[in-house]
Formats: sequence, structure tokens, C-alpha cells
Amino acid sequence: MKPFKNDSNNPNQIQSYQEMFQEVKNKGEGAFIPFTVAGDPDFETSIEIVRQYVDNGADALEIGFPFSDPVADGPSVQAADIRSLNSGMTTDKCFEFISRIREFTSIPIGILVYYNLIYKMGLDEFYNKAKNAGINGILAADLPPEEAGDAVNMASQYDLGQIFMVAQTTTNERISEIVKMCTGFLYVVAVMGITGARSDIKKSTVDLIKRVKSHSDLPIAVGFGISKPEHVKDVIQSGSDGAIVASAIINIITQNLDDLDNAKQEIGSFCKELKGSTKNKIDG
Amino acid sequence: MITNGKFGKYGGIFVPELIIPALEELEEAFLRYKDDEKFVEELEFYLREFAGRPTSLYHAKNLSKKFGCKVYLKREDMLHTGAHKINNTLGQGLLAKYMGKTRLIAETGAGQHGIATAVVGAMLSIPTEVYMGSEDVERQKLNVFRMELSGSNVIPVETGSKTLKDAINEAFRDWISNVENTHYLIGSTMGPHPYPTMVKHFQSVIGKEAKEKILQKEEELPDAVIACVGGGSNAMGIFSGFVDDTAVDLIGVEGGGEGVETKRTGATLCKGTEGILHGSLSFVLQDNDGQISEAHSVSAGLDYPGVGPEHAYLKVTGRVNYVAVTNKEALRGFELLSKYEGIIPALESSHAVAYAEKYANIEGNKGKTIIINLSGRGDKDMFLVAKEMRVDV
Repeated sequence: MKPFKNDSNNPNQIQSYQEMFQEVKNKGEGAFIPFTVAGDPDFETSIEIVRQYVDNGADALEIGFPFSDPVADGPSVQAADIRSLNSGMTTDKCFEFISRIREFTSIPIGILVYYNLIYKMGLDEFYNKAKNAGINGILAADLPPEEAGDAVNMASQYDLGQIFMVAQTTTNERISEIVKMCTGFLYVVAVMGITGARSDIKKSTVDLIKRVKSHSDLPIAVGFGISKPEHVKDVIQSGSDGAIVASAIINIITQNLDDLDNAKQEIGSFCKELKGSTKNKIDG
Repeated sequence: MITNGKFGKYGGIFVPELIIPALEELEEAFLRYKDDEKFVEELEFYLREFAGRPTSLYHAKNLSKKFGCKVYLKREDMLHTGAHKINNTLGQGLLAKYMGKTRLIAETGAGQHGIATAVVGAMLSIPTEVYMGSEDVERQKLNVFRMELSGSNVIPVETGSKTLKDAINEAFRDWISNVENTHYLIGSTMGPHPYPTMVKHFQSVIGKEAKEKILQKEEELPDAVIACVGGGSNAMGIFSGFVDDTAVDLIGVEGGGEGVETKRTGATLCKGTEGILHGSLSFVLQDNDGQISEAHSVSAGLDYPGVGPEHAYLKVTGRVNYVAVTNKEALRGFELLSKYEGIIPALESSHAVAYAEKYANIEGNKGKTIIINLSGRGDKDMFLVAKEMRVDV
């Protein structure tokens, strides 16, 4: 169990990304950041799933807001988005969801959204609600730096992190540009492609981690295709400050839709295992 | 990017970071080759010898008499594969070849763009895969077979609404995973920059020819140019020839479906609101949260909840008037053109025909000269129209 270090009702007491990454680093670990789609498969079960994350070693949370057309995501996350939307999730309910999570944890919470959800609500209202709900950082999957000027200004106005992705295809020049706009951490895309559980981590991912590290002082977390404890261990040992696990956990939900108690249990023990592999010292 | 790809505030590159380098590479190649002598010559060769350009600007005498206007048809329906789509697939296919890409992917709704891509892939010897919603695969088996005969692999898409927008999502995902060797051949003036600009460029041959011919035949510009709008490529193509001639009325006709006031409509510009879908800021059909709605039209080519960003710009600046006609009205347009002129139009183009009749009936419009962009032929729609007419074929 992760003890509450702070009074989570006071937004000032929410742990920042900087504090969190520093804390895990001091322990000689990497950050374990599990992802789920808010409201998958329904609001209350989804809260329970996040509680499993928190109780089993999550250092931060990455919460997806469901979108009808998630082009950056693979089939697992898209199916989760659809389940969530079908269960009646709306953007406002997603903020309510975050507020509920804040009742039991103060670890950093990042959200992953598609920009149309922000644009439709209006940037000011969206970022305001995000701040009030207790969110630390916003990553819009389809908002590259070229289009992100307004979002970055708004994030700074509300003292929120604006998080960006970098990928193997991102040039060093672009990395430097992105780093200037990014606050919180850099989301490093591990494999060439979309989210989805994969069987091995390519050497190119290791090279990318090193390349990003040499261009940025921001903490980095590697996501996309991190599906096994060995992957987590590999990326942490390659120099990443954290590992984001999405599809592999969502697949547990997908496979246990008729037995959600079992899903929660499996997710709990899987998280424990994933967190364990962020600790460098385990079998050298 | 070298240019920002904005039309006013619309357009842009709202895509995941992974795609950006591919867009940069594509923009760079497009700007380099679009006026390159060898490229232009080769493209003109294929447009002429493979696709059958130029197409005629046909004076539809019987329809003119019926409408009380002078009606010209820009005969894109005469092109190889039966629609204007091939102007763009030849352009982008050739560009992909110049860029050294070894694989083409495309999305398709009813199959017209898929076929136009498949034949170009075959002709240029570039392996081609076409994403198509599984609902559409089921509804358009004949077109699937045509693509397969041309050597393309058709991939049914089982996600979301299993129609065009999901095929686009899936094609984007493929491209994200295979950007190095693959060119994503988008079929309309939509998507992230440089697509809206590039597809318009390759379709602008329609407007160029239409303007040249109408000036030859009438010695003056037309009063109106009418085109149907789904994603908007045939309309952008013909409008581009006249957009600077402000005396010419430009009218974009959307698929109204069962009525713009109903949920079953494809009238994105008439009914939609500003939003971001498939890489650009434009108008979209969406709910209050920004979740994308499903579109509906009897015509698969107009059955899309988004629209090209330049159309959004032309709407808000008032340069183009966007209207919608219903399924029922479009079927009347289909029957009129078939019966009076012996030309069976695509259901998409039938929307433009149907609106031309309405335009002619507006007070003060009798005797005016109208160009209808006949973007495609109706062979593909035979079974559907027969069913609507309750005829057993």
C-alpha cells in the first residue's frame, strides 16, 4: 500500500511530477505509470481499477478521456474508449472521475485527450476544470508543437503541465523545440506505431531514450507497447525515468468483462509485478 | 513544415507527433515536384493517356430546356474508373514514386477512391492496400472485387461505425506504423496539411479545363458553378478555376440525407460546428462534448462527418454558398439526368443536379448559365437506386 503523504483535498498538496520523479530516483527506481480510460467499462469499476493501480505501486497515473476517433491509439484503447462512451461518460464526468481519484491519492495525474474535446469545450474552461479536478498535466495526442501555442499558454496560466510526445521519427531539432514547450515530463513513444501490447522492446527504443536524454533535462516516461515487466525493466535500465503501461492492462479488462472482480484482482497483481521491475537492483 | 497549411484559421496539422516527419517529407516533395518539368509532363501524360483527360464540357440541351437555364456538365464521369478521383490518385501515386515509397495505402467509403488508387498502384507497380469499413465491404462487394482484380489488398475495418471515418482512422494508424516506406494516399481535400492543398492542386485541372471551355463556348464566365461536397475534392477542383471571379456564384451541395434537421444527415457545413477531425480544424458533425457523430447520406461519398478545411474557410468568408439536398431530391436529380440526357450520374453528383433545378427556379435565375460538376457516373449505384425505386434487377 502506498501511504498518503499529503492532504489530497488541498490542491497545493498534490505531488508534482518533479517531486515524484525525484523521489523515485532517490530510491534508485523508475516511475511506474499505469494508464486507463476513464469510465472503462463503467464509472465505478473504473474508479476501482485506478484504486488497484494506486494500491499496487503506481507512482503516477495516466488517464485517457474517451474519444470516438482515437487515431493515435490501437484497437485495445479504442475498444476501451467505446465501452466508456457507451457507459455514458462525458468530458464533465471525466473531470468528476479525476476528482474522485483525488479523494484517495495525491500522486501526479496526467490526462491523455484528443484535442477536439478541449477545443469544443473551449481551452479556458477545459484547463480551468482540469486544474480544479486536481490534474497535473495534459497531453493532447493530436496536438503537435506547431498547433500548441494556445494550449501551452493556457497550461501556464493554470499552472498545469503541457506534455508532449517524442518518437523515433522526431529529429533532434524537433526534440529541442518540443522541450521548450513541454512541462512535467516528456512522453517517449517506444515503438514505431500506435499503442498496443508488443512482445519485445526494440534496440531503437533504447537508442531513442539515450538520444532524448542527451537533448533534454526533463524527466522522460516511455510508453506505447510496454506490456511486460521485462519491458519496464529494459526501459528503466536504459535511462528512462518512468514507464507507462496501457494496452496490456486494458487487455485484462477486455478479457474479464464478465468477471470484473477477477479483472481487478489480476490488475492488482500485474501492477505489483510491473512496479517491482522498476527497481533496478532486482536480478542486476 | 515549410508552409502552415491554414485557410484563415482552418486546416493545420492536428496529428500525433509520429506522423509529423512524414508530413514534412510529403510537403517538401510536393512543393519540389508540383512544378517540376519532368513530373508535370509525366502526370499530364498519364492524365491524358491513362485517365482520358481532358473531359468535355457538355451542353445539356434537354435539361437546359427543362430548367430554363443554360446547363453545362463537366464530364468527370467520363474518366477511367468513373469519377474525378483518379486526377488525385495519379498525382499522389506519381509523387509517391518520385519519393521512393514502395507501398500505397488508402481509405475508401463506397470504393471509388479505393479503385482509383488500386488501378494507379497497378499501373505504377506499387503494392497497394485499401482500408474499407466492414459495413461498406459488405455493401460494395463489386467494388471490393474490382480493387482485388487490380491487385490491391482490401482490408475490412471492424472498429467504430465500420464505415469511412473508421477506415481513415485505420489508414492513419497503418501510416503511423509504416511511415518510412508507405505513402498514405488520401482521397479528398481533407486531412492534415499538405493534403487539402495537394489534393486541390491535383484536382484543379477540372476548374482549369472548365474555365477554358466555357470561355470558348460562351465567351463569358458562367453565372454559377455547382458541385457536390463530401470531403470536398471535386468541388475544390472546379471552384479553384472560378474562386477569384467573384461574379460567379459558387455553390457546394451537401448530402442532406433524410433532412438537415434530422440526425441522419451528412450536411457537415450546413449543420456542423467547428472542430478537429482527421488532422485539421474544419466543420464537423459532433455532439456537445466533441464526440464525432455518424453521418448519413444515400450517397456513400457524401456520408462523412467532416469536410475539407478550405471549404470551412470559403463558407465563413461567404465566397461559396453551401446548401443541402435530401436523399429523395438527389434521387430525382439522378432520374432527371438519366432520362433527359441519357447520362446516368453518380448519386453524389445527382445532388448537384438536384440543386441546379432548385437554383433555376429561384426568381431571377431563368436564362442563367450553370456549370454542374458531374463528378462521377452512376454505374456503382445501380443496385441501390433500383432498390430505392423498388425495381428488381
